[in-house]
This record gives sequence, structure tokens and C-alpha cells, in this order.
Amino acid sequence: MVEWTDFERSTIKDIFAKIDYDCVGPAAFSRCLIVYPWTQRYFGNFGNLYNAAAIIGNPNVAKHGITIMHGLERGVKNMDHLTETYAELSVLHSEKLHVDPDNFKLISDCLTIVVASRMGKAFTGEVQAALQKFLAVVVFSLGRQYH
Amino acid sequence: MLSKKQKELIAEIWASLTPVAEDIGADALGRMFASYPGTKTYFSHLDISPRSAHLLSHGRKIVLAIAEGARDIGQLTVTLAPLQTLHAYQLRIDPANFKLFSHCVLVALACHMGDDFTPDAHAAMDKYMSAFAAVLSEKYR
Repeated sequence: MVEWTDFERSTIKDIFAKIDYDCVGPAAFSRCLIVYPWTQRYFGNFGNLYNAAAIIGNPNVAKHGITIMHGLERGVKNMDHLTETYAELSVLHSEKLHVDPDNFKLISDCLTIVVASRMGKAFTGEVQAALQKFLAVVVFSLGRQYH
Repeated sequence: MLSKKQKELIAEIWASLTPVAEDIGADALGRMFASYPGTKTYFSHLDISPRSAHLLSHGRKIVLAIAEGARDIGQLTVTLAPLQTLHAYQLRIDPANFKLFSHCVLVALACHMGDDFTPDAHAAMDKYMSAFAAVLSEKYR
């Protein structure tokens, strides 16, 4: 069981309350596809991913970015039961989608960078550590049902 | 492999950050210590409290070295030769930590540059930092 300090809980809830999912989700996911182009392997049916501009303008990418944010929101609402919360999604990513779980860390890093650029100075080292801890547990939970 | 355009972008960004080298450097180091407490073990001889003189000076040193490498990326092995020796034989920092620090540099850049830290800049910078770390650890074994 992961122990969360009061600071971590309030920081995570605060971040997710403040960010615009429709903006941050697409920004983070498109950034992942651009910075780590091998992640595009899972999205062959998304259409044009030829360059950064195409990726950023791709409506399927935007839609999926928003889906990811809503998925993370479930974790924010269930911080004490993350393994259970993500069990089903873990099975999906393993058995159906066949996604290498190392990729979860990549999108998590991109989300951190996007939140950092939105929050600027307010994204202190302590806030970063809290967000990264949360995302690390989510990433772990998503990889939990891989066998 | 960094394209010509990426090398120019990287050189441009680091040139613009040289005046605030100590801020960026200290910020990145502080973030690393907060997120990855194990990294603090390499700094038991320094005062690494936020914005301490040691932290600012050390941050400055690191950022200036990164900026210098960025001026001619093709010559990284030559430029970093003394630092390679230092890290391999004296500091002996586990190279896994270079990844952690690189990530924190990217976060520091994102905070500092906001929207100017575009996906293209991010991609180029991530590649450069990986190359820098790889060259730095070349003499380890």
C-alpha cells in the first residue's frame, strides 16, 4: 500500500483540478509521439503521424490524449486503491493492446513536462516529486497484470 | 542522430540560457534531489539546501559545461575529455543518475521556457542530453 502525505494528496488533487484536460491531454500525448517516435507503433490506425505538425493536428491523437487524462483522473479519485483501479486497464494493455509497459513511463514523463510548462515557477521540486510519485504508482499498476 | 536543425536549435537554446546558468542548474539539481533522494549521496560534502551558494555554483558549472558542448555537438568527445576523466576516475557517479538529472534539466527548461519548450525543442534536447551522458560515461570501463 502506498503511503501518501497530506502534501502529496492535496498537490495531486490540486494539479488535476487546475489543468484543462482538453489541452494538457493532447499536448502530453502528442509530445510523447514526437519525442519518442517509436511509441507510434501502437497507433498505426490513427492516420497521419508523419511529422510534429501532423501529430499535433491529428484529431485521433487529441481524442486519445483526453481519454488518457480521464483515465488518470480515476486514479486521482482512488489514490489508496490504484492497483485495483487500474487492474482492468492493465489487462487490456497487456493482452489486447500488447503495449510494452516501459512506454507508460515515457508518456508519464511527457505529462510531467507539459504540466511543468503550464505551471512554471509554481511547479516546484516538491510538486514535481509528488506528481512523479503518483504517476510512478499509476505506471506500476498498469504494468501489474502483465504476465 | 541529431539533425542539423536540431543542433542549431540546441545551440540557440543553451546560448540563451548561459546568463541564467546558475538558476537553471540549481533548479535542476534541486528537483533531482527532491524526486530522487538517492542522488543526494553524491553531495554529502556540499550544502545543497535550496539556493545555497554551493548549489548555485555547482549548478552553474554543470549548465556551462552543457552549453559549451552544445556549441559544437560534433566535437562532444573532444570537448568533454577532461570531464570524462573526472567522472570515470574521481567522481564515479553511477551513469544511471545522468538520466535522472537529464530529466530534471528538461523539467527545469519546461518551467523556464513555458510554451517555448515546444515538442521539437524537447525532442532535440532529450537527444542531446542522452548523447552528452553517453559521452560523459565513455571512460568508465
